[in-house]
Amino acid sequence: MNDVLLDIRDLRVTYTTEEGLVVAVDDLNLQLRRGETLGLVGETGAGKTTTALSIMQLVPSPPGRIETGEIFFDGEDLRRKRLEDIRNVRGNRISMIFQDPMTSLNPVLTVGFQIEEAIMLHQRLSQRQAGRKARDMLKLVGIPEGRAGDYPHEFSGGMRQRVGIAMALSCNPELLIADEPTTALDVTIQAQVLELMRRLRSEFGTSMLLITHDLGVVAEACDSVAIMYAGAAVETADTERLFTNPRHPYTRGLFGSIPSLDEDVPRLSPIKGIMPDPTELPTGCRFHPRCPAATGICAERTPVMVAVEEGHEVDCMIYEGLVPEARIGEKED
Amino acid sequence: MQPNDTAAGGVKREEKQDPLLEVRNLKKFFNTKQGSLKAVNDISFSVRRGETLGIVGESGCGKSTAGRALLRLVEPTAGEVIFEGENITTFKRDRVRAFRRDAQIIFQDPFASLDPRLSISEIIGEPYEIFSLYSKAERFERVQNLMSLVGLSTKLTNSFPHELDGGRRQRVGVARALALDPKFVVCDEPVSALDVSIQAQILNLIQDLQDRLHLTYVFISHDLSVVRHLSDRVAVMYLGKIVEITTYHNIFTRPRHPYTQALLSAIPIPKVNAKRERLILEGDVPSPVNPPKGCIFSGRCPYVMDKCREAPPALISTEEEHYTACYLVHDQADPVAEE
Ligand SMILES: Nc1ncnc2c1ncn2[C@@H]1O[C@H](COP(=O)(O)OP(=O)(O)O)[C@@H](O)[C@H]1O
Ligand SMILES: Nc1ncnc2c1ncn2[C@@H]1O[C@H](COP(=O)(O)OP(=O)(O)O)[C@@H](O)[C@H]1O
Ligand code: SF4
Ligand SMILES: [Mg+2]
Ligand SMILES: [Mg+2]
Repeated sequence: MNDVLLDIRDLRVTYTTEEGLVVAVDDLNLQLRRGETLGLVGETGAGKTTTALSIMQLVPSPPGRIETGEIFFDGEDLRRKRLEDIRNVRGNRISMIFQDPMTSLNPVLTVGFQIEEAIMLHQRLSQRQAGRKARDMLKLVGIPEGRAGDYPHEFSGGMRQRVGIAMALSCNPELLIADEPTTALDVTIQAQVLELMRRLRSEFGTSMLLITHDLGVVAEACDSVAIMYAGAAVETADTERLFTNPRHPYTRGLFGSIPSLDEDVPRLSPIKGIMPDPTELPTGCRFHPRCPAATGICAERTPVMVAVEEGHEVDCMIYEGLVPEARIGEKED
Repeated sequence: MQPNDTAAGGVKREEKQDPLLEVRNLKKFFNTKQGSLKAVNDISFSVRRGETLGIVGESGCGKSTAGRALLRLVEPTAGEVIFEGENITTFKRDRVRAFRRDAQIIFQDPFASLDPRLSISEIIGEPYEIFSLYSKAERFERVQNLMSLVGLSTKLTNSFPHELDGGRRQRVGVARALALDPKFVVCDEPVSALDVSIQAQILNLIQDLQDRLHLTYVFISHDLSVVRHLSDRVAVMYLGKIVEITTYHNIFTRPRHPYTQALLSAIPIPKVNAKRERLILEGDVPSPVNPPKGCIFSGRCPYVMDKCREAPPALISTEEEHYTACYLVHDQADPVAEE
């Protein structure tokens, strides 16, 4: 299946901390098809950033460690590549943008120079050609080329994020990983950035892993979705199916928790309880302590991901026929 | 959490006319190196007894400053804040103190300004200390009651803030704000730091408490969905001014100010095929040190006219329960509604 660009299998990543072993990613499976945008959705601590860093082979070690699993990129397991080859993949074929664009920008260098450097590092261009291309990239993201000589702090948050995007795209990567790229931005600025990403996608055909906690952003920008909870994907589907027919109790709980902009919902239906302690993940189904449908078996047996229909997979025993489908998403606490 | 059968009923959306609070031409300017920063620049509105007035707008538009000025947590530069018929901006110190018993605030981070060495029960009970109220035993009992009111296990009495997750921390903030039995509470981004599943729990709590304790709220957030969900009426702020005030219903179904329209169209709706017209704003918000001379939105408004650049449009009634500060809307408004 060569239309799968990124294929993550049984990934497990841990961090050694004073509180104990944090299982940040546990048994994660994820596929991204060429040319598509996959939304990776989850609340704080779900393991989204760790997943992104694992793909880039940038998990800080120590304390982090990729314990098991494979990360196939274009058919090759990135975990088995030599450091040199990984460096070559990073920046050339996969790039990443962060919530805080300053993570990838150097505060004491002009943005034009930094993009130029990034281009020269990965492509055989003369300084002049690279400079030209850097200015073109800035123009593409809506920053006047006259500002190439400005420093990162001279830009507003939204412009800085666009500089980050220009930098990430300057090497025409096949895969762009965007980790909450608009979370820190105001909505009208977010709209500008999302519009830009959409345009670039259709112009360059870049595949994208878009990490977000905002289901609205997913509806707007993604072809398919993976919902992540406590280190694993609990539901994956194309965007249309996931939004019209969410199946996992956690996914349903998320939808019940969001206030609606366009409908009158007198009262929200939250998910009870809080995120589990990552050093002590629940036994059985990791969602069972918060799940309104849970029965005895949920604390004992680990669910198996099943396809409820073609291309729609759910990690819940309701769909294995082991737990009755109760009225879920109604009661809190 | 506690059972509640009124929240889903009509209480929230009932007609409430009697004003608890009236704000007239409120201004708050800060002196900065760049010059006078007009954080709140001449806003007027009223808050009716028992209602929730939402204030929404993007970061830096002056929401927090406005909320604090209402409580005199910052000193207004000009204007009046009339609370139950009295102008609190003229109050001397001891009357401000008494006013604090009636009017409280809940912050995004309830512990930012608190001593981290205080236990949960000390934090919740501190207002009793400050006002020298009740005996030790009575305080203890009240704190326990407050904890169960906000859904905190009384087992946490002797815990410390850093031991709590974000949702429980905010419950502590709510309990403390309610310790003195206020009538009026300003909620300043109380759920903005929380994940959605926890955010929903706290929003329900805030809603339940309003019904149980007959509270009046000003609810501030940058998130219009959150504001609309909780509010009876919504005020939209931009660069220190209110550009539109109307009912929670109208704000989505018939937004009139071009900025409100742009704000709405920018919000991604979590639905597939939510086909909407997109109005993408160019550029960034101008500096509040040098706001545009005419309409504050004139530099970014797609419909800008010559007169917009000359003098600021007033916030006037353009329809029933609908106030808009925009010449375009004023020109189109029904002459009857315009008076
Ligand atoms: N450098 C680190 N050291 C220790 N724990 C970490 C580190 N980075 C992340 N974690 C932990 O791993 C879990 C997953 O974190 P993260 O991947 O950042 O999730 P998300 O991006 O979904 O919020 C969390 O419990 C987090 O506290
Ligand atoms: N103490 C202060 N000194 C100077 N400027 C301030 C102060 N507090 C707020 N501001 C400025 O006032 C404006 C409004 O701020 P704020 O009320 O916090 O907005 P919001 O809550 O809508 O994000 C911003 O430009 C902010 O930088
Ligand atoms: S397997 Fe059980 S606990 Fe897990 S989500 Fe399904 S019903 Fe809930
Ligand atoms: Mg993250
Ligand atoms: Mg604020």
